[in-house]
Formats: sequence, structure tokens, C-alpha cells
Amino acid sequence: METLLKVRNLTIRYRSELTEREAVRRVSFDVAPGEVLGVMGESGCGKTSLGLALLGLLSKEHAEVSGSVMFRGDDMLTMKETSLQEIRGAGISMVYQEPGTALSPVMRIGMQISEIVHAHRQWSWKKCRAEAHSMLARVGLTPTERFFSAYPHQLSGGQLQRVALTQALICGPALVIADEPTASLDARSQCDLIALLRELKQGLRISLLLISHTPEIQASLADRLMVMQDGEIVEEGRFDRMYWRPVQGYTKTLLRRDRPAADRNFERADAEQEHAAR
Amino acid sequence: MPLDSEKTLKVGSGKQFGAEQAEELVRIEHLSKEYVQRRPLTGAEFTVRALEDANLTIRRGITLALVGESGAGKSTLGRCLALLEEPDSGEIWFDGKNLLKLSRRELFPMHRQIQLVFQDPTSALNPGMTAEEIITEPLAIHREGTKAQRRERARELMEQVDLPARLEHKRPLELSGGQRQRLAIARALALKPKLLVLDEALSSLDLLNQELILKLLADLQRIHSLTYLHISHDLRLVSQFADEVAVMHDRRIVEQQPASELFMQPHDRYTQELLAAMPSLESICAERLA
Repeated sequence: METLLKVRNLTIRYRSELTEREAVRRVSFDVAPGEVLGVMGESGCGKTSLGLALLGLLSKEHAEVSGSVMFRGDDMLTMKETSLQEIRGAGISMVYQEPGTALSPVMRIGMQISEIVHAHRQWSWKKCRAEAHSMLARVGLTPTERFFSAYPHQLSGGQLQRVALTQALICGPALVIADEPTASLDARSQCDLIALLRELKQGLRISLLLISHTPEIQASLADRLMVMQDGEIVEEGRFDRMYWRPVQGYTKTLLRRDRPAADRNFERADAEQEHAAR
Repeated sequence: MPLDSEKTLKVGSGKQFGAEQAEELVRIEHLSKEYVQRRPLTGAEFTVRALEDANLTIRRGITLALVGESGAGKSTLGRCLALLEEPDSGEIWFDGKNLLKLSRRELFPMHRQIQLVFQDPTSALNPGMTAEEIITEPLAIHREGTKAQRRERARELMEQVDLPARLEHKRPLELSGGQRQRLAIARALALKPKLLVLDEALSSLDLLNQELILKLLADLQRIHSLTYLHISHDLRLVSQFADEVAVMHDRRIVEQQPASELFMQPHDRYTQELLAAMPSLESICAERLA
């Protein structure tokens, strides 16, 4: 299969007056169309920097990015800002960890979404609104007039995350970068969002770069998995291979393959039942 | 399987469950709380019910996890217990005293018995203070010791939470997420509380840091015979550390049980749903192969 995104030797170096630090070191990977590539690693390992660099969102002043990020054959690192703007949203889009802070608090929901369509397409506002309407329905929200004119603080966390997802999907991107999309949600909303992402992956055939340190989320969605530590990829492969036959100790730790049973409490319960039986 | 009070069961970190330890530290009865809010622009008042007739018992020396979906009222309950909110009705018994019947003067020393650790240490800690100042502040407020003694205590606490002494003059933003949460825990422990309310204290941390902090909390609990009320929405995480679990749904506590029993045989329908919504990593991965 052809590749959608080809990243080669990507290095990100942050500079401040006092220190210099390499957040990402010589990272290379591919994403195929329709594929979900999971990225795991502890905080500070460079996952988020990687996501931001792929969109050209790191400030040139503080971050030095080298290597190449080929999206559909064009190198995004050497591209002009105007071409980048065309890709952002319509080619590659992003869902952030905290929908509450990613959305504008002073703009109505309907406008926050229609505005994106308007920026990318030469459509009338009416058509943009209709598009926003149908995409909101697609992610499982009921886009009533009241919902359209609501402000972010009037919605629940689960609804906000769906609005953020709608923003990311509205211009039909080929690749969505999701940075800890479920971190701010409770268990049930997490399950709902995972089910939705699965459905969208099949229905829209989008590729997903899924940044998350929760193994259950990776297991539910990822086709391939990339494990990062200190800015480098330590192991990479098909998810099933990584889960059943992890090579690196770090992969084992992250996928909880380094302990005999998952829940201490289930063991406890067994022990207690034995105790009671005696 | 109901817990037999005559028999002593060994659970988790070797804590003894049984008649001699069954003494309760906290008893919350019929607690209700409403928040009055104003609509933007019109300014019309409306009320939001956060707690309705909530009942909860916390026994000494255990970790009680309070779980439930967002908006269930978990944080409000924790804040009422930590005396940060005043409930509308109900009773909070702590160590034999009814907290809501105490005068302001009598309440002040109670604050030191119950301390809170918040979800986001970055916003909970004063960015302008150094680690040492953050830890010594509660001691100064409660007029404990001389300046030198307080500084000595800060050093001691930093050591207990595994913060290197060289960090004592750093400010929160110069620390990592895990270090910040350790600092918040050190501050909470400064006044030697009996109860620590941990409100989603692990949610902002990654998996490895979560594990380290959990281990630290277990050690501290043993050393200081602390009692924890650990508020969390993450059932999976809770299953790793809780002795007992209370489930909150729609402003009420619907079930409270020893953790092992709750995970094996949930009684309440809502708890059953909550557990069913949490497939294990093992089952997801096994399903992938099928």
C-alpha cells in the first residue's frame, strides 16, 4: 500500500536561553491510508512534540525541527506557511487532550465548526452550517438549534470532546492526530468515544495517529504501535505482535505484560474464597 | 460473599480487617448540598443539586475509593468532608465529633486533621513560592514550631515523598508533573493529618508516575497510619489499590463494599453497568485475535 505520511529522521530540539534539549531524536515511521498508528510512552517522552511537529505548529523561535515529514509526497518542513494552512484541517487535523481549553470559550459551538469549513472552502455560510450540522450528527450529537448556539461551558466533557472531534473531521482530513483524546473523560464517555473512533475509522477510512498511554485504548484501536522513550522509538510493530511478543522491557511495562495477572483484587478475591471454603 | 466480622481477613498490603480494626474514622449521614448559580446575562438564580442524602463510612487506616461518572457528586462530597464546602443538611462525624455542629473556633484545629490533594498540582500550588515555602506554609498558619524547625520539617517531608533536597528552592513550574504531585502530598502531610482526601490525584499523571505515587501513598499510609478517601473515575486504577470502594451515582452513594467483593459481585445495577463498561486489556487483546 502507498504511504500517506512518511517521517524520516525527525529531530526536535527545544532551545531556551539557558538550556537546549532534544525532545525527539531521529524518529522515522510511516502511516498508511486508513491505518491507526498508536504512540505510547510516559509523559515527557516526546509524544506531543511529535504531534505538533507533524502539523508544523512548533514555534521556529524555540524549536529546531530537522529531518523530513512527507505528506502525500510533499515535505511539510520546507513548505510555505500558506501551503501548510491548506493542509492543516483539510489534510491533517488534530484533536487535543483538553477539549475545554482547545475550544474558544467565547464562540458559539455552531460557529466554531462552520468557521473551519468556511476557511477551507469557498462556500456560503449557510452551506458551511449545514455541513457542521451533518458532521455533528455523525459523531453522535444532536445538533439542535440550542446546541448550535451553546457556548463550550454549557456542555459536558464528553460533548466537548465530540465537538473537538467534529472540528477535526469537518474538512475530511486524511490523517487525524489524536493527543490523549480520552484522558479528560470518565470511564463511560471513554468507551463511547472509542466506539465512535472505531466506527469513524471504518466509515471514513481516515488514518489516525493515536497518542495515548492507556493500553486499553491502544488495544481497542491501534493497528500498529510505536513505543517511545526519551525521544526515541524503542520498539515498533503490529499491535498484536507487540502485545503477545514484546521484545523491550519498556514495552512490557507499558502494556502491563510484566506482571502475572492484571488485577490484584481478583487474586485477593480468589484467596478469600479459598479461605472461606476452608 | 459478605465479610465475616468475626474472622480476620488478610487483604492487600497486609492490613488486618476485622472486629478490632472496624473502628470508623468518618461517618457521613444524609448529606445534601445544592449550589446556587446565576444564569449569564439575565442573572436569574437557579440551583444545581450536587449531593442528595449521601451516606458513607470510612474506617481507620484503610483506603476507600469513591468512584462514579463525572457529575455524580464525588468531588462535592470530598470538599464537604475537607471543610471546603458547607453542606445544606446532614451530618459529618469525624473522630467522634460532628463537624457541622462545631463553632468556627472549634473547626480550625479540625482542618489539620483532614487534608486535600487535588487533581492538577500545577494549578493547586502557588507558582510564586518555592517548594520549601509551599510545605511550611500550613505549619506557619497553624503556628507550629520556629522558622528553623519548620524548615527542618520541610526537609524531612521532602525526603519522605522522595523529592531530592536540592529541589527545595525550586518553584512548581520548574518541577515535573510527578514531582509537583509529590510536593502537593508533602504539603498535605505537613500537619500530620489523620485523613487525606485525594481528589483524582493520579489523573494528571502518566502510567509510570501513577504507579510510583501509588507506591509512595501505600508507604506513607503504613508509616503514618493514614486513612485515604481516594476519589477517582478510573475503576481499573482503583482495583489496584483500594481496600473498599464506594460507588456514587446521581448524587447518592449506591453501594459500598470491600474492593474484592465489589469487583467480583457488584450488588447495585449501576455498579454492574459501570464494571461491564470496563473491558480488561486481556479481553480486548484476546478478542483481537478471534
